[in-house]
Amino acid sequence: MVLEQILNGIMLGMVYALIAVGYSLVFGILRLLNMAHGSIYAFGAHMALFAVSVNWGLPAAFIFAIITTGILEMLMDSVILAPLRAKNAPNITCLISVIGVSYIIQNMLMIVFDSTKKSFPKLFDFGNVTILGVTLTSAQISMFLIALVFLAVLTVIVNYTKIGLAMRASRENAKAANLMGIDVRKVVTFTFFLSGMCAAVAGVLVSGYYQMVYSTMGTEAGLKGFSAAVLGGIGVLYGSVVGGVIVGVAEALAVAFLGGSFRSATAYIVLFLVLLIRPSGLFGKDNIDKV
Amino acid sequence: MALLEVKGITKTFGGLVAVENVEFNVNEGEIVSIIGPNGAGKTTIFNMLTGVYHVNGGKILFDGKEIQNKQPRDIVKAGIARTFQNIRLFPTMRVIENVLVGEHINIGYHFLDLLFKTKKYRAEEKAAHQRAIDLLVSLDLGDQIDNYAKNLPYGMQRKLEIARAIATKARLIILDEPAAGMNPQESEELKEFIRKLRDKGQTILLIEHDMSVVMDISDRIYVIDHGRKIAEGLPKEIAVNKRVITAYLGSGDVKKDDNETENS
Amino acid sequence: MGNTAASWKNATKKLSDGYEKLTDTILKHKKIAIPLLYVILIAIPFLGPSQYFIRVLCLIGVYSILTLSLNLIAGYMGQTSMGHAALYCLGGYFSALLGSNLGMPFWITIFFGILGGALGGLILGLSTMRLSGSYLAVITLAFAEVVEMVILNWNDVTNGPLGVRNIPRPEIFGIELTTANGGFYWLVIVLVTISVLVSMCVVNSKFGRAVRAIKEDELAAKLMGVHTAAYKVKTIVLSGAMAGLAGAFYASMNRYIDANTFNFDVSMTILCIVIFGGLGSIPGMIIGSTLLIAFPEVLRSLADYRFVVYGLLLIFMMRFRSQGLLGGLSKKPYKLPKGVLRPGEQDQASLGKQVK
Repeated sequence: MVLEQILNGIMLGMVYALIAVGYSLVFGILRLLNMAHGSIYAFGAHMALFAVSVNWGLPAAFIFAIITTGILEMLMDSVILAPLRAKNAPNITCLISVIGVSYIIQNMLMIVFDSTKKSFPKLFDFGNVTILGVTLTSAQISMFLIALVFLAVLTVIVNYTKIGLAMRASRENAKAANLMGIDVRKVVTFTFFLSGMCAAVAGVLVSGYYQMVYSTMGTEAGLKGFSAAVLGGIGVLYGSVVGGVIVGVAEALAVAFLGGSFRSATAYIVLFLVLLIRPSGLFGKDNIDKV
Repeated sequence: MALLEVKGITKTFGGLVAVENVEFNVNEGEIVSIIGPNGAGKTTIFNMLTGVYHVNGGKILFDGKEIQNKQPRDIVKAGIARTFQNIRLFPTMRVIENVLVGEHINIGYHFLDLLFKTKKYRAEEKAAHQRAIDLLVSLDLGDQIDNYAKNLPYGMQRKLEIARAIATKARLIILDEPAAGMNPQESEELKEFIRKLRDKGQTILLIEHDMSVVMDISDRIYVIDHGRKIAEGLPKEIAVNKRVITAYLGSGDVKKDDNETENS
Repeated sequence: MGNTAASWKNATKKLSDGYEKLTDTILKHKKIAIPLLYVILIAIPFLGPSQYFIRVLCLIGVYSILTLSLNLIAGYMGQTSMGHAALYCLGGYFSALLGSNLGMPFWITIFFGILGGALGGLILGLSTMRLSGSYLAVITLAFAEVVEMVILNWNDVTNGPLGVRNIPRPEIFGIELTTANGGFYWLVIVLVTISVLVSMCVVNSKFGRAVRAIKEDELAAKLMGVHTAAYKVKTIVLSGAMAGLAGAFYASMNRYIDANTFNFDVSMTILCIVIFGGLGSIPGMIIGSTLLIAFPEVLRSLADYRFVVYGLLLIFMMRFRSQGLLGGLSKKPYKLPKGVLRPGEQDQASLGKQVK
């Protein structure tokens, strides 16, 4: 029973990890909590829904969702955030702007796609698989595997490519990176694209898992991914993955032993406890205030 | 007994020893300077004195009482206030408000007093404002009270920071590179200003790079290098001290390691 | 785009200039203007407005209190709360449950409402005092979720998703206050006035200065002897108490509340108004509440787009006037306490005496 829930939690946790990584990527470079990430995740799911509804088939819908969502994040950056950065606006200004963006996206989804819950096809169906005596559905396994593949791809991009090196350099010190000839502007845009990609993939996976899409789906998922990111130490990519899995497992256990109504609050309770003990998250670096 | 007695304080960051067994003292009414090359550990010493850093070993006695590893606010209450290397005023607060924050610990009313604007509240606020104005006038900032701190010219910001520290009624003011970024004329004025403060009875401990400032105003000087005290004495003694000159200029000896980096 | 930007900038500038002129005139004739304003406000129910109109005015009052409350945290302490509705909610539930289950009169439950909000603030404050910046925003959000979860699941006490009904209305000398007889409207004027006065008292004191110093430079504040952690907690508690007051009032006015009454949208609306009105500006909160609460009621056809408009408003505000409608640094001279002369005035005063 416990093992089953833990496995269930890990499956779902990988998706939270994916969302969390989206937050961490942006935070790493801009020190910005991208509060629009949840809405962007819902946007990704709706793009896939649209593509499915015009009979493009799932693989095409998947790619369509990734591209449109990536572009949306890039647009958000260049239209709204870049001008603020250009005039050295304080961080809270950017934070509030993205909250505004989040509002617009979510409510536009509600207006365009209406606010009912719409059904979404299952991603794969190859029957159930039994691991360690625990039966997992194909939806769970495919969700886990696809999330894993994307996380691996991200790791490769960040750690082993030229643009990844530029990203890491910009994260350490954007000014110095700029002086070294790195086009930080381009790096930021690319980071937003990656972050949008994470959101879209997670959106499609979760929609396929619950077979459901609705306009406010981003609020809860966004908050959970966010909790996961903060839990692992926001800005640290592997921290986000660990955080996602912890949130997933905690949630599965809470639902199994305490009841379904505890689902949404579990993540926050875990977050609360972790932050009380380690204010900068599990793997986050302590901010030492220099005098 | 000296006002401030520092007995063998040590600070390590991980394995790196930033300050090792440093001793010095400051007497009432003195201007004492701590000098040393970049990265010698001067600011680290200040951070230990004001409770920003934890002291790994040794004692700091202020007015005979141990103050090492106390909360910064308790150290301020004990009577030590400081300024910062890179000015840290409250930029969008007014000049007078900056000073009033300095007076914070000397304003003695409670929350209910301010809610009901009791007599105590009014009296305390009035007295605090009056003290702030008197202080600012005495430091030639009287015509700036309405201005926002960020709008002041650089030299005045330095002065305001010192005013804020004085407002705490500190018996010892410690100044972290007050002349940094000042042109010769400004630092000349600053010297005059610090001397005037001392003549009013204020005890001052400062870190400074500008040798002309240090040599002109200090009563005594301590020299720190590589986290250790290498010399102490009157300005004229320090000026001819061989070890000090070596520390600053290098000995010409190739073996000597001077690849030190700034870690303050 | 450039054109809209310029005209937007112009419009807000004109508005705030006009406002400054207006306040100057009001302050000059303070002894007439403020009582006059109150007479007009108090007279409104006698002019025969619809009950709906009075209700909207009451809502504006509720949001004025809520934004004044968030303003303490966001405007002065410089932190963002994205779950402010949780404190509002606690106030509402504390007061409503005692009223409807134990039959306590409103005048007692309102204090429990304030207490409830303050208690929520205390929990929030204690758990966030070591954190700063963006983390507070997250924790408040999480806190709001947890509060909602408790309310939905603790059926025995909160009546779960069904909400609380028949919340008693306040009575004065045996007369029940309603929106129809204007009682709630007058009550909210009193409560807003109290909130404004509390905000003003706090800001112009060592408390307010300490909190603003924390916003400007926390370490420097600490090294000036400010107990930064304690002030952070105190501010959030005070803010919670004010939000609790609003909750208790709203519960009694609406007579029914459930967890959804205090959802995320409410938190966001509060935050939007605070930003729009101008962080750190007390009149900004009231004018912001008036405009943003009245707007969806006036433009019914735009009601669906309400939150889209809010979103755009936030973005435009941040881009072109990040200090909000009335925020920003005042150009007026600093107001000294009575009896303190500014430098220079002293000589003139004594000079004047000599001449006489």
